[in-house]
Amino acid sequence: MNFKKILPQLLTLVVVILVFGFFSYNAQVNMENRGITFGYGFLSQESSFDVQFSLIEYDGSHSYFRAYLVGLLNTILVSVIGIIFATIIGVVVGIARLSSNYLIERTAAIYVEFFRNIPLLLQIFFWYFAALRALPLPEKAEPMFGVFFLTIKGFFVPAFVWNNLDIFIYSVIAAIIATIFVRIYAKKKQENHGIQTPVLSISIGLLIILPLLSFFLGGVDATVEIPVIEQLSQTSFTYKGGLKLPPELISLALALSLYTATFIAECVRAGVQGVSKGQKEAAASIGLTPNQVLKLVVMPQALRIIIPPTTNQYLNLTKNSSLAAAIAYPDLVLVFAGTALMQTGRAIEIVSITMLTYLTLSITISIFMNWYNKKIAIKEK
Amino acid sequence: MFKLVKRLTSVVAMFAVLFTFTTETMAAKKSKTLKNTQKKGFVRCGVSQGLPGFSNADAAGNWTGVDVDVCRAVAAAVLGDASKVKFTPLSAKERFTALTSNEIDILSRNTTWTLSRDADIGLTFVGVNFYDGQGFMVRKNSGISSVNDFKAGVSACTNLGTTTELNMRDFFNSKGIKYEPVTFEKADEVVAAYDAGRCDTYTTDKSGLAAQRIKLSNPDDHMVLPETISKEPLGPVVRQGDSVWEDIVRWSLNTMIEAEEYGVTSANADMMKTSDNPAVKRLVGAEGELGAALGLDNEWSLRIIKQVGNYGESYKRNIADTGILPDRGPNQLWTKGGILYVPPAR
Repeated sequence: MNFKKILPQLLTLVVVILVFGFFSYNAQVNMENRGITFGYGFLSQESSFDVQFSLIEYDGSHSYFRAYLVGLLNTILVSVIGIIFATIIGVVVGIARLSSNYLIERTAAIYVEFFRNIPLLLQIFFWYFAALRALPLPEKAEPMFGVFFLTIKGFFVPAFVWNNLDIFIYSVIAAIIATIFVRIYAKKKQENHGIQTPVLSISIGLLIILPLLSFFLGGVDATVEIPVIEQLSQTSFTYKGGLKLPPELISLALALSLYTATFIAECVRAGVQGVSKGQKEAAASIGLTPNQVLKLVVMPQALRIIIPPTTNQYLNLTKNSSLAAAIAYPDLVLVFAGTALMQTGRAIEIVSITMLTYLTLSITISIFMNWYNKKIAIKEK
Repeated sequence: MFKLVKRLTSVVAMFAVLFTFTTETMAAKKSKTLKNTQKKGFVRCGVSQGLPGFSNADAAGNWTGVDVDVCRAVAAAVLGDASKVKFTPLSAKERFTALTSNEIDILSRNTTWTLSRDADIGLTFVGVNFYDGQGFMVRKNSGISSVNDFKAGVSACTNLGTTTELNMRDFFNSKGIKYEPVTFEKADEVVAAYDAGRCDTYTTDKSGLAAQRIKLSNPDDHMVLPETISKEPLGPVVRQGDSVWEDIVRWSLNTMIEAEEYGVTSANADMMKTSDNPAVKRLVGAEGELGAALGLDNEWSLRIIKQVGNYGESYKRNIADTGILPDRGPNQLWTKGGILYVPPAR
């Protein structure tokens, strides 16, 4: 009886092992037949190709591993930007869909239906080539506030040149720790004496004043470097100095956030609608203000419904960022699974590293969101 | 109990499938490509996603180009019909994997022959069907007339995963110029981005520049700089480890070049059977047993010349008459001042 129960599982296990064994054996045999060697030694070799946009110092004299890091950081950068903007747009549109104002509600609904029903790759192409067609050449760009230049070759913004940057960072960290203490103190006071403290204004004040003090007392000094136009030839120009955001990054982040925001908007709408009407009425009847009703009664319950599907959207956005290769944004897929793969020919090694990297990124986001979900879940006493 | 039986049958079925796969791999012998090709009835050929003059499909899906003609020549030799080719358009990134993973049997896709590609990744280059070099295209009104006019900050559009990316770095580094590489996966996007003004220059093989220039909105506003910054011998590639197939592809290409050398064309090939020159007679299969050495019949080379034409005909039809590169440059026979020189067929 017992054996009969285990047998199917056992057989399945054997088959799984055999399938994996077969595939790795097959790969080994075929690679040997074709004279392909296997190994990760190439990671320390000189990459000898350059990358357009990098967060760390990199050029072709660095190793393939460093090229991998460049791609990884660029993927993380566009994902983080995308997640932030997708969340903001998603929350605003989601709440707008619940508005009693017909115009606002319809506009939000049309936005959602339009953007979520067009393939993302098409949207990326649209934003990229639309931007390239619409943006002015560097010499024709109208400066925004005198210092920002949005051109076909990129968005040129002023950069800060820091002195004693470390002291400034310490002051910011100190301010963050101080706000945490203020919150703990305020909660205790509320529980023991029923007195509310204006935590938000105190926190903002701390976050502004402490870093400001570092300028006066810590010898921190920041000068602004403004981009200046430079002539490359008779008809071609660019900007020098300041910080340059490539148009590929801007259009990719734009496409990703507009697309993903539609799904987040639906999550938000579902979450808010999922809180029963009686909850709001009960909260109002005990004398809470509308703001307090939203903050203390509706949102905590809505978030429980919103977080899990939104996590999926964050994961999707991160994975979708790999479409970057189509428009020359140097992300992990373009730099590592593209150029590096081509130059070394090590397909199995590089694809496996890339897959593991995306898996790790996704799992990290999942773990964080699960932690947050648990934190806001109902705590049964 | 019934459930258990059902599961068991499915497991047995899986084993059966696995077993057939395994025996198939075990039986894989050294020279299977020729046998497989004859069994399938067509040659599997990897080409570009559209490079006029080299491999380009028209609206009806008919492929033309000098790279395409290499595959057609092999089909004519092996199957007796130059039209029996299945073309697979590949990006620069996909091309080698498609070949090593058995998706295609010939890669004829303006691919540069380099040591690392030949030795490292399970490929064998069989010859050169086009001698090329990397160049730069710029706007005529930019005032740039030589590669020495480039300044730091110049942005250069190109294709991803090509030797171009490496040559570009070598070139700008040797000049001490800081540049911005903008690399796309597909050639069409490179053209669109350069056309829009994203880049100051577009760099790739000179033949490619000449071919892609036609796709720009105002081709006459652009020009290719005179300098060539690299050697780019382009040629067909096969998988390592099938020397018979390798020889067939190599000698199909050589036949086309040698036919031009001896003045054998698609029009006069049949008459050449009675030529006085033994070399010509060997070339059209009227003398000797050259086909047998390749595992083919003796008319293989005659079919190539009759159905595809010699190298000069192919060049004229695809590259010269289309206005891409009317001047043959180094791709002229050694007897006429070029560097096309193939070993004798004997």
